[in-house]
Amino acid sequence: MHIGESMRECEYSQISTRSSTPMETPHKKRSPKRKKWEAFPGRNKFYCDGRIMMAKQTGVFYLTLVLILVTCGLFFTFDCQYLAKELTPIIPVIGGALFLFVLGTLLRTSFSDPGVLPRATPDEAADLERQIDVANGSTGYRPPPRTKEVVINGQTVKLKYCFTCKIFRPPRASHCSLCDNCVERFDHHCPWVGNCVGRRNYRFFYMFILSLSFLTIFIFAFVITHIILSSHQKGFLSALKDSPASVLEVVVCFFSVWSIVGLSGFHTYLISSNQTTNEDIKGSWSSKRGKDNYNPYSYGNIFTNCCAALCGPLPPSLIDRRGYVEADAPQLAAPTNGITMYGATQSQQSHMAAATPLLQQQTSEPVIITSSTENGTSLPARASLTLGGPCSTFPLGQPTPPTSTPSLSCQEAADVLPIHGHTLNHTYPLQEQAPHHHYLTPEEVPSPPGMLHCGSPLGHSHTVQAGFYNPASQDSLHEDSVRGLVKLSSV
Amino acid sequence: MGLIKDTFHNLQELRNSASLANKVFIQRDYSEGTTCKFQTKFPSELENRIERTLFEDTVKTLNNFYAEAEKIGGHSYLEGCLACVTAYLIFLCMETRYEKVLKKIAKYIQEQNEKIYAPRGLLITDPIERGMRVIEISIYEDRGSSGSSSGSSSVSGSTAR
Repeated sequence: MHIGESMRECEYSQISTRSSTPMETPHKKRSPKRKKWEAFPGRNKFYCDGRIMMAKQTGVFYLTLVLILVTCGLFFTFDCQYLAKELTPIIPVIGGALFLFVLGTLLRTSFSDPGVLPRATPDEAADLERQIDVANGSTGYRPPPRTKEVVINGQTVKLKYCFTCKIFRPPRASHCSLCDNCVERFDHHCPWVGNCVGRRNYRFFYMFILSLSFLTIFIFAFVITHIILSSHQKGFLSALKDSPASVLEVVVCFFSVWSIVGLSGFHTYLISSNQTTNEDIKGSWSSKRGKDNYNPYSYGNIFTNCCAALCGPLPPSLIDRRGYVEADAPQLAAPTNGITMYGATQSQQSHMAAATPLLQQQTSEPVIITSSTENGTSLPARASLTLGGPCSTFPLGQPTPPTSTPSLSCQEAADVLPIHGHTLNHTYPLQEQAPHHHYLTPEEVPSPPGMLHCGSPLGHSHTVQAGFYNPASQDSLHEDSVRGLVKLSSV
Repeated sequence: MGLIKDTFHNLQELRNSASLANKVFIQRDYSEGTTCKFQTKFPSELENRIERTLFEDTVKTLNNFYAEAEKIGGHSYLEGCLACVTAYLIFLCMETRYEKVLKKIAKYIQEQNEKIYAPRGLLITDPIERGMRVIEISIYEDRGSSGSSSGSSSVSGSTAR
């Protein structure tokens, strides 16, 4: 809730409720601020201080880039001179403009936020879980997958609960397993572009494939023209010998044309019927499903659908990548059973921890003791923690989201979080000691097991370290947390 | 304890003597599709805190703002076409319509907080802070009266059941 210090690049300034934060004290130590992209829970890669956002696997994107650059480069170097001389100099100009447009839209598609939905804050997640429990009857173990039904323009749509993001997904949103994010109006994850295609970058993607089709056809046509004209003068074989690059270009373009033009056609159809690739593949709005099945999002006519998709308003990014992680906002007490710390963002974990020194007092000692027995080298690190070491000594999460396998990324954090490998062993004794502070049970983890290790120790470390964050207000926090725990444990 | 008291006096704000008791989340209303709209149903936790009409007014005004931001009409088409023609470079210098409306929303929320919600011990968080999923309303309890705080926790406990 403490909004005052988060910043956004060329975006609106947020309301300063700084003065309204009850927990704020002038004695609070200011640790070096981390940007939100550094603590982003999804599997994305960030560059340029959070300005650029891409998927984890970007190899194919570089291939796309190389193919385009090399083919166009060869075209401009070898074919354009001849064509400009023999036909008209407008050809390279148009080619150049097309090339720049293709590149621009490609980069825009690849680097922008596709419409990622930020994960629920712990309080939101707790609130939702409470509602689910109330409806199901509290069972103590993970309830069955929850769906909500909504009627949109006469059609019944099922909203699914995302266990990773702890939210009910809005209609048309989907969780990308590669990026580990829920994306609004999820179309598909495109490896060629190295990113998901969603609400915010669908138009760029469409413009990219459309302009690339034109560019491919353009280059193909003019390289053929070049060879034909040249072979009239010199003969076919010597024409080929004079510009061998043309052969390569023809081959690349020939194979690209079919796939890219086909893809453009397919997406034109999707846009005109206002469907996503996801919906089309599943046949969500197909008339084969039922007589009354229709697309509730369609505006009725092709023109409006196209305009809405391509020229509609561009929503801003919901994940504030370049803002600073808020470390001192007031929060309610720790979540109840069923909520895993794993799903929460790092900043939220520290908030929770700041509000629950009771939690920290109860659990920090066992955590430290048991971890040090397992790993002797961890003791000095933990000792510095207990002495109230600054938060900055324990970078939360990785500086950039995991670029390699989850287990590897956990090892990056291993030097500062030595208990990561032993966490599973710790969760069970912890549960016995503090039954109302639930951390993790294996069956509750919806994502790859590697993330299990990454998530839980950070939760532990937060509770320990953040407890010392506001020494002056610890008593008041203690009071609140007791009240909060009493309230929540009574659920 | 004395240190905390001094600190709170220094802050000179009504809410500084209050503590966070509960949070209410107003969920999205998807009955009209994916456009941003929040439910106007009055949450039970706010029964004694604020008048129903004031709350509904706030939510309806916010819904109108979001509808304005997401409206597809002449202005948005113009913006879209212009952006396309300039290869979307125009967004480097120009603010989108959506962003302009979001600024208006932020100002409106601040105004509402100052005039209506803060005096009643409530605080609205801008939905953009929560990924446009919810309107988070924080309920504060006056720290001074321990009776009311324990009362609120039992109330919250019973509502949570």
